[in-house]
Amino acid sequence: MSYKEIANTLRNAPDENGHFGIFGGQYVAETLMPLIIEVCDAWRASKNDPSFWSELEYYRQHYIGRPSPLYLASRLTEHFNGAKLYFKRDELNHTGAHKINNVMGQALVARRMGKTKIIAETGAGQHGVATATACALFNLECEVFMGAEDVKRQKPNVDRMRLLGAKIHPVTSGSSTLKDAMNEALRYWVSKAETHFYIIGTVAGPHPYPEMVRDFQCVIGEETKEQIMAAEGRLPDTLVACIGGGSNAIGLFHPFLDDQVKIIGVEAAGYGVETGLHAASLTGGRPGVLHGNRTYLLQNEDGQITEAHSISAGLDYPGIGPEHSWLFENGRVDYVCATDQEALEAFALCSRLEGIIPALEPAHALAYIATIIKTLPKDHIIVMNMCGRGDKDLEAVLPLLEKMGKL
Amino acid sequence: MTKYTSDRLKILFEKLRSKDTSALGIFITAGDPDFDTSLKIMEGLPEEGADMIEFGMPFSDPMADGPAIQASSKRALEAGGSLKKTLDMVRIFREKNNSTPIILMGYYNPIYNFGVQKFLTEVIEAGADGLIVVDLPPEEDEELCIPAKECNLPFVRLTAPTTSNERLTTVLQNATGFIYYVSITGITGTKDVPIELVTHAVQNLKEHSNLPIAVGFGIKTREHVEQVTRIADAAIVGSEVVNAIANTLDANGKAKPETIQTTLSLVRDLAAGVRGK
Repeated sequence: MSYKEIANTLRNAPDENGHFGIFGGQYVAETLMPLIIEVCDAWRASKNDPSFWSELEYYRQHYIGRPSPLYLASRLTEHFNGAKLYFKRDELNHTGAHKINNVMGQALVARRMGKTKIIAETGAGQHGVATATACALFNLECEVFMGAEDVKRQKPNVDRMRLLGAKIHPVTSGSSTLKDAMNEALRYWVSKAETHFYIIGTVAGPHPYPEMVRDFQCVIGEETKEQIMAAEGRLPDTLVACIGGGSNAIGLFHPFLDDQVKIIGVEAAGYGVETGLHAASLTGGRPGVLHGNRTYLLQNEDGQITEAHSISAGLDYPGIGPEHSWLFENGRVDYVCATDQEALEAFALCSRLEGIIPALEPAHALAYIATIIKTLPKDHIIVMNMCGRGDKDLEAVLPLLEKMGKL
Repeated sequence: MTKYTSDRLKILFEKLRSKDTSALGIFITAGDPDFDTSLKIMEGLPEEGADMIEFGMPFSDPMADGPAIQASSKRALEAGGSLKKTLDMVRIFREKNNSTPIILMGYYNPIYNFGVQKFLTEVIEAGADGLIVVDLPPEEDEELCIPAKECNLPFVRLTAPTTSNERLTTVLQNATGFIYYVSITGITGTKDVPIELVTHAVQNLKEHSNLPIAVGFGIKTREHVEQVTRIADAAIVGSEVVNAIANTLDANGKAKPETIQTTLSLVRDLAAGVRGK
């Protein structure tokens, strides 16, 4: 590749210190730095070792069930009567979401480092379940930090984790939700440096996590590229994915960053960005530093982090991966949002028309698609990442759908 | 650019060295449990034997702190604490006390949000003497450490039992003021200080640097202060002091009349442990 081509790509960030423009970095206490440096070294060695990737490929095929299909959502396409809509079916992965793509990669890095114990944080519990699953498979001890509020709200996933052999630490500090679970996991990690590896569940945290998690999730976009070429003989016109921390989105987007493809990320607007009760870090936040990286954050005028709100526990985080902040500021990706209400409608619609019960997270992506697809020409191709299935959400969603008259 | 010229830390450590004694540093969170009580505790500290004050800038997500300091940060924020008010307290304190060094301790986001140059100017004008910003390792020196250095304002580095000698070179490169040795692998206030390990670590640090060495995390009793000040230039007590505040609060988390005195008596007791005093 010539220098010019390298210089013109958006795919070679971050730099060696983990910076995506001004975003990213390593903003952690010195007590954590030796651990972070160790993870950096192990990740770099794994990344450059073909045998690492062939081992991961084995588990992708035979354990996760990859490649996931690229499916033409024909009834939704017919219903909207506009552009053609494809789903990248990452909800068909083992454990029901894209989270396992990352967890299997990090678990293999941890094994290479000789670590025998794993820590993870989780909000809705999908990342926790994926981590507990990999730990069962690889005979690693697993401890999952989860906000006490989320432990109550997400009982089925708590039960799954326990069945898989994980120990759950309910976190009662701060607001008892995902950001506090991450604080607590980091605190715990400092005290267990020798033996423990921390598997972060999204493209956030100190370098190398945003890069490492992205590289493990890029399989989504790489497969999509091949599959859409096979199905349509060309690249899609538009990609759409929901964004909390942003790992499923960056996984779909990254392989397309240098192509002539419109890319849209959908944040959770909760009750509406104007109400202040939302999880839209880019739309409603500003740059700051939390959990090891500089990125867009929800914060008050004093720089204190504020609570996020979304009906979807997986999007309910006051930050976003630093690469998204960078892609937002350089304009490569459009970031929009969808409310709780819009997501619920999309949730019901997708279930009825496609026989696919989406997780509330990708329901946000579909909700936004519903607002643009009708006006697009019939030969326009949209690919949406169906990054998780909705079984976990039924308890929360059904009473609301009943009220809306959708049941 | 406003330059820092007061050198209170340097003066303090020179004075203590000439008297062959060490310092007691006391940590409190600014505005815990409320502005007035916190200010009165702060103003009372020097008389009870605190040689320097580690003044916590409250933050919603104190990643490196244990339950006690997390709770004190939360109390301060709930009572309306902010970076601006923290600086106000330093200004008021300096009206009556011009010698006790104040080190502002906290996390980077409120500072970044405030604006780095504006922050440095106000810190120096208010009369604080140094910074400890927990989540700014040497990798991010350009954010605040270098700008602080350009103003001659001390930027204190943390080192830990997990810091290798190779790493130490990086950590000490831009260190000024003193070195803060974190005595335990973990978060503030959870375990007791392991004296033997600290002794070795402090000796090792002295071989690498001429800066005074302070030890913190896990110092809870007068005996701990006694042991630590025998080997280091300063002992810093935090969680134990904010616990004393917490234990005197009423059911609604408000200060009671005895809050100030109880906290200051603890400090007097700790100060009695300082070597050579």
